[in-house]
Amino acid sequence: MAASSDRNPPPFPSSEEPEAGLSDMADGDSDEGEDIFVNNSNPVAVSRGVSQPDGVNEEPPDLFSEEEASNPITKSNGVHSDDDNDLFAEAHVELSTDKSGNSSGKDLSSVSGPRTTSSFNQSPASMQPTSLEQLEEEEAKDSFDVDVAVTNPEKVGDGMNAYMAYKVSTRSSLPMFRSKTFSVRRRFSDFLGLYEKLSVKQSLHGCIVPPPPEKSVVGMTKVKVGMDDPSSVEFVERRRAALERYIQRVVSHPSLLQDPDVREFLERDDLPRAVNTQALSGAGFLKMINKASDAVNKMTIKMNESDTWFEDKFQEVENEEQQLRKLHALVDSLVNHRKELCGNTAVFAKSMAMLGNSEDNTALSRALSQLAEVEDKMEQLHQEQAASDFFIFAELLADYIRLLGAVRGCFDQRMRAWQRWQEAQSTLQKKREAEAKLLWANKPEKLQQAKEEITEWEARVTQYERDFDRIGMTVRKEVLRFEKEKAKDFKSQIIKYLEAMLQSQQRLIKFWEAFLPEAKAIA
Amino acid sequence: MRSVSVDLNNDASLLIDIPDALCERDKVKFTVHTKTTLSTFQKPEFSVPRQHEDFIWLHDTLVETEDYAGLIIPPAPPKPDFESPREKMHKLGEGEATMTKEEYAKMKQELEAEYLAVFKKTVQVHEIFLQRLSSHPMLSKDRNFQIFLEYDQDLSVRRKNAKEMFGGFFKNMVKSADEVLISGIKEVDDFFEQEKTFLLDYYSKIKDSTAKAEKMTRSHKSTTWNFFYLFIFLTLKLGKLSDLFEKLRKVEGRVASDQELKLTELLRYYMRDIQAAKDLLYRRARALADYENSNKALDKARLKSKDIPQAEEHQQQCLHKFDKLSESGKRELTGFKGRRVVAFRKNLIEMAELEIKHAKVSNIMTGSHAERTHTLLD
Repeated sequence: MAASSDRNPPPFPSSEEPEAGLSDMADGDSDEGEDIFVNNSNPVAVSRGVSQPDGVNEEPPDLFSEEEASNPITKSNGVHSDDDNDLFAEAHVELSTDKSGNSSGKDLSSVSGPRTTSSFNQSPASMQPTSLEQLEEEEAKDSFDVDVAVTNPEKVGDGMNAYMAYKVSTRSSLPMFRSKTFSVRRRFSDFLGLYEKLSVKQSLHGCIVPPPPEKSVVGMTKVKVGMDDPSSVEFVERRRAALERYIQRVVSHPSLLQDPDVREFLERDDLPRAVNTQALSGAGFLKMINKASDAVNKMTIKMNESDTWFEDKFQEVENEEQQLRKLHALVDSLVNHRKELCGNTAVFAKSMAMLGNSEDNTALSRALSQLAEVEDKMEQLHQEQAASDFFIFAELLADYIRLLGAVRGCFDQRMRAWQRWQEAQSTLQKKREAEAKLLWANKPEKLQQAKEEITEWEARVTQYERDFDRIGMTVRKEVLRFEKEKAKDFKSQIIKYLEAMLQSQQRLIKFWEAFLPEAKAIA
Repeated sequence: MRSVSVDLNNDASLLIDIPDALCERDKVKFTVHTKTTLSTFQKPEFSVPRQHEDFIWLHDTLVETEDYAGLIIPPAPPKPDFESPREKMHKLGEGEATMTKEEYAKMKQELEAEYLAVFKKTVQVHEIFLQRLSSHPMLSKDRNFQIFLEYDQDLSVRRKNAKEMFGGFFKNMVKSADEVLISGIKEVDDFFEQEKTFLLDYYSKIKDSTAKAEKMTRSHKSTTWNFFYLFIFLTLKLGKLSDLFEKLRKVEGRVASDQELKLTELLRYYMRDIQAAKDLLYRRARALADYENSNKALDKARLKSKDIPQAEEHQQQCLHKFDKLSESGKRELTGFKGRRVVAFRKNLIEMAELEIKHAKVSNIMTGSHAERTHTLLD
């Protein structure tokens, strides 16, 4: 449907596709690969994004290439790169949050290593453009051995002080945990508290911290008050599933997993209550992001990006967020219509049953009663389809709308880092001017002080510049990782959705096939 | 495609169909085509243009014909209702600026399909009305029916005259009185007693079912429309998946309209048919009441020894009329039973078969897409 030439706006997530897969798809249905699995980003070498990078190879967007800057690592097929210069050693460590839970042989400690000590004298020579063969090697993904599940919602307490406690179970063979399997009970505000701690620390580095699900006063009030109606049940289930996805995303992030707060959250029996979680959920979260954006917009000095990667990517992210919002609204409305259809079908089934009772022809009467039963089953099917639409599709979209907000937040952090650097530079400049004046005015004591200040600020400038470069690289890496995860996520959810549909269709066929002989028996 | 009644058009002496129709703004012009071997008609084959109001005129004159009091007059076809597609067309026009050319074209296409579906439905329902008449031994010989089929001028003058004569007043009177009269009368005949009980009860149930079915069908359709907006949106983003959604939506749409034709329309039609049967019961009950009144009048006359012959004659007329109605009514109602059962059988079978067919098609499409998505994942 989508023409292969039509790449505007760029479709969702990216992924890596081995060469072999390509030919499979050319089965008359062209464009198979075009859809959600296309990554339009340019494979570019590492660069800061501000200065002119050397030896950058800008390949035209290749349908199946992925933005990977480091190749030596893939070739060596191991994470233990002794090449400390290569920041992207870590890029291969993450990957599939995997159900099979096979432990990778990778030592996670290598993950955090290069991050802080890397220099950015990347030799351009080591950065080669990715090729499809390298992508194929990539296939041998490493997987993390951490499985987390959120289950068993239980109401604790009564009245307005009541809350839901969830069981958070972890299964892992990683040495950083005390045991292989363990579980704790957590409440919603604990999850929010975790996010608060993580975002304060990590987002300053340009990390994409997954946002938690939204707070809901209405939903929770109903639960507190003790209503057992289906919508409360649905609300709790929805929240449980969202919390599970949230924590799964956190542990599948290599740097976040290392964070002691995460470990504490998973392991510690008695977690201190999180306070001030108002600010961080739902509207609060968005406010925070938007505040950052505002600060960026107010910047008087605009960054001069000679590498357009950041600008382009940011634009992409914004566009995608918009598209997802629209799509989400549509899916929501579809869910509502289906629910309405459910209700109407149930009502109709009852009416049909009454009609069947009134009917004086025996065989027809029986057929009409059977029809009423079939319609009842149809109502159930519609119900399940609506749930599928919602839990699989709509929630996926909602998650990614929030995640894209977090991605935007990252970019803004980078801008602020740049701003800090610029401001430091301008302060340094002022100090130098002041020194020059003092030299002229010949005041030796003040001169000494000025020289000290200059040294101090020179160090700061260097530090901020380093920070800025570092955050740039992190952002890049994070975005790549995010896109990969997104592609996987969407793929797997779509498959789930389709499989649910298939089941539903098959049951529908059975229902009507059972009814047919009844209809034929009418005489 | 006849959905509601069994094949009516199989007596070669008088074959009627509506081969095409024109839609002009609000009005639909049906082309009524007749093929006949009967000498009562001037030509063996001919066509005339007719409007919906002409059908109503024909129906009303039949209802008001005394001679047909003992017959179930086929229910009048409902007015063509294009409101839903027209409203959507209007919205489409308003929203044109915000859509891409491709989106607009697709929406327009969808709307035209919906329009066409409504159109087909109304043609069918008008056609069935005429075919019921042509297959009825008495009604097919009706003079006004012949005029309707043959008269190549505009019927509007006749329509106006009829309106002036009867003013529609009589019909309303019938509607409000029948339940009370029918249930109040002391029935002498077992057959009619049973029929009365059955029809009154069945009518209220089928009326309810029809309303609920209509609601369900409307919901079903709006779900497919939603699916459609979703599809349009997905076209931009999800490549092959949007293809699947498009195909599924088309199938869903067909399911909804098949369900409407086979089930909702069936219920609707028989609801109206049963009303016509109730009207027959009413007329008979009326005749019975008249007869009983004439008996009372005769007794009075005998008491007073005045006007006895007139009273006797009047009583005889009433009795005769009542007997005629009872005899004819019994025949009609028995035929009606059989007709109803056969029609339900046919439509329920067809509906089940269509549902199975559509579900299988959807299943295959979804399955193949799921497979392709899987291979992409590996």
